[in-house]
Amino acid sequence: MTEPPSPGPGLASKIVAGVLLVLPFPVYLAVPSYAKITPRLAGFPFFYWWQLLWVVLTAVCIGSAHLLTRRRGGGAR
Amino acid sequence: MKDVKGLELTIFVFFFVAVTVVGFAAARWRRGQTLMHLDEWGLGGRSFGTFVTWFLLGGDLYTAYTFVAVPAAVFAGGAMGFWAVPYAAIAYPIVFLVGPRLWSVSHRHGYVTTADFVRGRFGSRGLGLAVALTGILAMMPYIALQLVGIQAVLTVMGVTGSGLARDLPLFIAFALLAAYTFTSGLRAPALISFVKDTLIYLTIIVAVLYIPSKIGGWGHIFDASQASLAKPNPVTGKPSGSLITSNMTHWAYGTLALGSSLALFIYPHTVTGALAAGRRDVIRRNAALLPAYSLVLGFLALLGYMARATPEVAQGVAKAKNPQLAVPLLFDHAFPQWFTGLAFAAIGVGALVPAAIMSIAASNLFTRNVYTAFLRPDATPAEETRVSQFVSLLVKVGALVFVLGFDKSLAINLQLLGGIWVVQTFPALAIGVFTRWFHRWALLAGWAVGMVYGTWTAYDTSSPTQKHFGQSIADIPFVGHTGYIALTAFVFNIAVAVVLTVVFRLVKVPDGADETDPSDYTADATDRPAEPGDPGDAGRELTPASG
Repeated sequence: MTEPPSPGPGLASKIVAGVLLVLPFPVYLAVPSYAKITPRLAGFPFFYWWQLLWVVLTAVCIGSAHLLTRRRGGGAR
Repeated sequence: MKDVKGLELTIFVFFFVAVTVVGFAAARWRRGQTLMHLDEWGLGGRSFGTFVTWFLLGGDLYTAYTFVAVPAAVFAGGAMGFWAVPYAAIAYPIVFLVGPRLWSVSHRHGYVTTADFVRGRFGSRGLGLAVALTGILAMMPYIALQLVGIQAVLTVMGVTGSGLARDLPLFIAFALLAAYTFTSGLRAPALISFVKDTLIYLTIIVAVLYIPSKIGGWGHIFDASQASLAKPNPVTGKPSGSLITSNMTHWAYGTLALGSSLALFIYPHTVTGALAAGRRDVIRRNAALLPAYSLVLGFLALLGYMARATPEVAQGVAKAKNPQLAVPLLFDHAFPQWFTGLAFAAIGVGALVPAAIMSIAASNLFTRNVYTAFLRPDATPAEETRVSQFVSLLVKVGALVFVLGFDKSLAINLQLLGGIWVVQTFPALAIGVFTRWFHRWALLAGWAVGMVYGTWTAYDTSSPTQKHFGQSIADIPFVGHTGYIALTAFVFNIAVAVVLTVVFRLVKVPDGADETDPSDYTADATDRPAEPGDPGDAGRELTPASG
């Protein structure tokens, strides 16, 4: 079966999307890098606000990857 | 039943009655032509949009047990309990990659369960059966643990008593749940999840703003917890935990997060919720939107510290010798009675949504991949639905017997094992949506090795209170660190699958037939609408029987 030609995302967009999707993994898995009390933010030790901040950033990464690889009338990939 | 807190209990019961009405009414919501088809009963008509799916999956993934157990872990051990946050973040890139492809292929072929896909992809009923049984085994204790969540709030509300008086409320709650799941199918938890998530968000926002102001601010909460965690535990003589992970626990923290993130999207109840989406884009958008719940989970985890920093609550937990009571006791202490009732209703209703979806997921697996695949190959969609309905009742009775008849620790142990087991289906399922490189028998062998290694290693762990199944982490062979057993077992699983795939290809063991086409994995709803009466039947006859 051949796929109907559709305006899919370009290679560059796919690569950027891929990087964005992988990014949260090294951030979270490098545990010693954020196992620190300071700097504190609003009373929160670094360990906590850094990880909570990255929950938001992970969502932003995925959202951006979605917009980068979106295809009209259907999803990409 | 002494010291029952009247107002709390009244509000709690009010919400329970309200969701029961919603649950039964859901049968009429977005109604299809018939409810007697698994696409309707088991997947809510495969028509949910971004908004409904967000509530449904949020209600599904963030269970009552999570809401009680995660803060309890932070309360008891400090930073180590916070691993649920990185887990609930990095799971979503995986959802974004795997979810849309699984949705598309399932939509085009009418797959209802994960095992349907694996059978069709690898042409092996046996591999499908392995995936199905793993899923059912993992679901049972998970449902039982939802009851533990309800029990925790009932205990704090003073509904204790002994014998039947203690168990009756739980029994009634589950009987009602079973009844409306039976009649409404997946539509019931979908609609109830709106109530649940609204209550949860309300509770958490109020708790996070109100409690710190009442007990001296965030800085004080963390400082007091640090001081308290550093004191030696009377049982072990060592500090209970610390505010940040140490050299001893970095690996455990990271592997727990990564291993669990592999499991999140392949749990049967997640896939059930995801396949109920009406369009491919719904899954992609939700992968970006669902982390909102992870943020809530993060703040919820910190309630464990609030409990520790409040002397009255910490003493209460120590007296009851049950850290699971940390959050219920905190709410009871910090909030006025009416709001405590609301917060407890959030936890209680929070148990019903996942329990309903899990029981539907487990019964779909049984019906499609055991009953229809092996016993009644020519079962009609109506017959399949009937079987699923009755199995969903059985599953709930089983869970109830589990919690009432056995020690709770058994359910917790099995839940721990469930996570380890589910990860072992990742190669066939999540890698399977990208490549068919693996040989079906190699996948089966890898799965078996992962299951045996994981179960045996978990059995071998002990804790101060338990001789076996003491914890989910153990020494990683050849690495010299302690890590999540599921991830170690997964690495062995993959290694075996790779080696055997090469061997089987060399000696030319035949591959199964693949009934899917590359274009199936990117198809959308508009490409070809799902037709009733076509749930994978086309492929089933063509697949060589090779179980």
